[in-house]
Amino acid sequence: MSRLRWQCRRGMLELDALLGDFLDTKYNDLNEQQRTVFQEILSFPDQLLFDYFFGNGKPTDKDVSDVIERIRNTHTPGP
Amino acid sequence: MQVASRKFDVLVIGAGGGGLRAALQLSQADAKVAVVSKVFPTRSHTVAAQGGMNAALANVRPDNWHWHMFDTVKGSDYLGDQDAIEYMCRAASHLVYELEHQGVPFSRLDNGKIYQRPFGGQSQNFGGEQAARTCAAADRTGHAILHSLYQQNIRAKTHFFDEFFAIDLLQNGDGGILGAVVLEIETGEPLVIEAKTTLLATGGVGQLFRTNTNAHINTGDGMGMALRAGIPLEDMEFFQFHPTGIAGRGMLITEGARGEGGFLVNKDGERFMERYAPHAKDLASRDVVSRAISTEVREGRGCGDDGDHVMLKLDHLGREVLNKRLPGISSMVKTFLGIDPAEQAIPVFPTAHYTMGGIPTDRYGQVVVPIEQGEEPVPGLYAVGECACVSVHGANRLGGNSLLDIVVFGRAAGNHIIEYLTHNRYHQPMKTDSIDQAMARLSRWDKTGAGESVVGLKQELQAIMEKYCGVFRKEDVLQEGYNQVLELEKRLQDVRLQDHSKIFNTARIEALELENLVDTALATVASALNRKESRGAHSRIDYPNRDDSHWLKHSLYYKEGYRVDYKPVRLKPMTVDTFPPKERVY
Repeated sequence: MSRLRWQCRRGMLELDALLGDFLDTKYNDLNEQQRTVFQEILSFPDQLLFDYFFGNGKPTDKDVSDVIERIRNTHTPGP
Repeated sequence: MQVASRKFDVLVIGAGGGGLRAALQLSQADAKVAVVSKVFPTRSHTVAAQGGMNAALANVRPDNWHWHMFDTVKGSDYLGDQDAIEYMCRAASHLVYELEHQGVPFSRLDNGKIYQRPFGGQSQNFGGEQAARTCAAADRTGHAILHSLYQQNIRAKTHFFDEFFAIDLLQNGDGGILGAVVLEIETGEPLVIEAKTTLLATGGVGQLFRTNTNAHINTGDGMGMALRAGIPLEDMEFFQFHPTGIAGRGMLITEGARGEGGFLVNKDGERFMERYAPHAKDLASRDVVSRAISTEVREGRGCGDDGDHVMLKLDHLGREVLNKRLPGISSMVKTFLGIDPAEQAIPVFPTAHYTMGGIPTDRYGQVVVPIEQGEEPVPGLYAVGECACVSVHGANRLGGNSLLDIVVFGRAAGNHIIEYLTHNRYHQPMKTDSIDQAMARLSRWDKTGAGESVVGLKQELQAIMEKYCGVFRKEDVLQEGYNQVLELEKRLQDVRLQDHSKIFNTARIEALELENLVDTALATVASALNRKESRGAHSRIDYPNRDDSHWLKHSLYYKEGYRVDYKPVRLKPMTVDTFPPKERVY
């Protein structure tokens, strides 16, 4: 978990805040496969992640896209 | 205590644009270079610089480096050193072409030349028509520069220590620097890196303030190391703020939001900017809007349960306009606040953005300290980028000059180190007491028992700095802030870690960062308390005017005795005439 926390330290505040908050509040809800995808996402370049979260970028991989969407909705009140 | 050791010609601490540009120059000259970075290099804060890089290429409108120099001197409110500014502006065009050859995809004009956009503070002919001087790779210039430099460094065989945290500089007892003790975050093992020269390129210290735009990594680590090595910090009172950050979180909401018709209100729903700037209102300059927001909050007209912010209203613009003209803002606000700006107002507060001050250097990147007459370099120590104060930004940085700063002085430092190495071919004998000192700083965190928490103290520090040393500055407010940070420095001794494991103990890293934050906070608030004038970003309610007869000088803060001293501004450029201080009117 500490390793993941450090890898959520990024070059942009927006990514620090979003990934850090997700790790604190929502990561535990992920299944094994989604956790692996989350770790893969942490290896993406900052600019790409920024585009996925705040811009027009969309990942082609369905599993990646699903986890990105979950991260983006960290602060959206759940159902 | 026996600590593992490695030897390099050069140790670069920090892997942003400044560190990587210097490392590249050195590796290409066959020096043996180690780059230490606490995060993976391409996650350095340079990646967040979206705007671009200034150079008088004259591709869009007439331009030359001398006009750029004038704008930079004027922008600095005449506190910038004019020799360094001349050097930077002269070098700018060459550096842009060099980056292009290294793979940075600058945006193009139809005729194939590099596109340049106009930015605030740029003029033709020494204060005339607007210039267009900023070269950009779309909205991702910092990212493009950082990735190109990283790849070039891999090719040049620079040795990277990724996820290593630098603890302290090693000193030879005679003023010289012999490298640093670093900590491998993954294993928790310390390592001595012996180096003939050490370059600090650790970035700024935006994390001093509760509301800031900086990545969490910007904790002033190099500045803290310099202070502990007896080196002063220069002009730390000059911190650039942006008026509208998301309250409590810091993310920047561009001026464009107010440009499109957004306006600010206090808890009574009053459009308070009408009182502060009857004509420009919400579009007044950044410092005016920042001070107005801060005053509303201080005088009890802030919004929310704690009354600690004001609201930016965009909902009257309609969803269509927001989605079309300000799509990024809508997505950012929805993501972080879970609210829709087309329906609800956005809580905002001034957000800390850029550290103009830092480790004093000359235009070769050598760290310099005062001696009886003038100043002298610290043997074997260099600094570049936001952690350094060369000083090209003086009291206020212009947009597009920070990326330029890091590549120009990264390269200059690299060149000077190559020269230094030809005269200093061998490693000096290591001083074990210097290693012991750094290790003591590390082992202090092994103490167990009850105590205060790192996270709690950091949040308190950020709140104190925001309240007492933010945009609203006057004597009694600053004095109170100074007292509170001093008190907090004492409490730092009582902080204990709960986690004492070695493997990936990030709590320990955060504790070491907190020490750096406390030292740089004291430098900032002490320098601000002492400077009794308003200049650039340092705006004193009780001394509203610039005072060149007393204050046209750089502050120097020393950790020992919390002493503040001064040194003259270098008003004489390298070859051209001085730009004498004038009133700064735009």
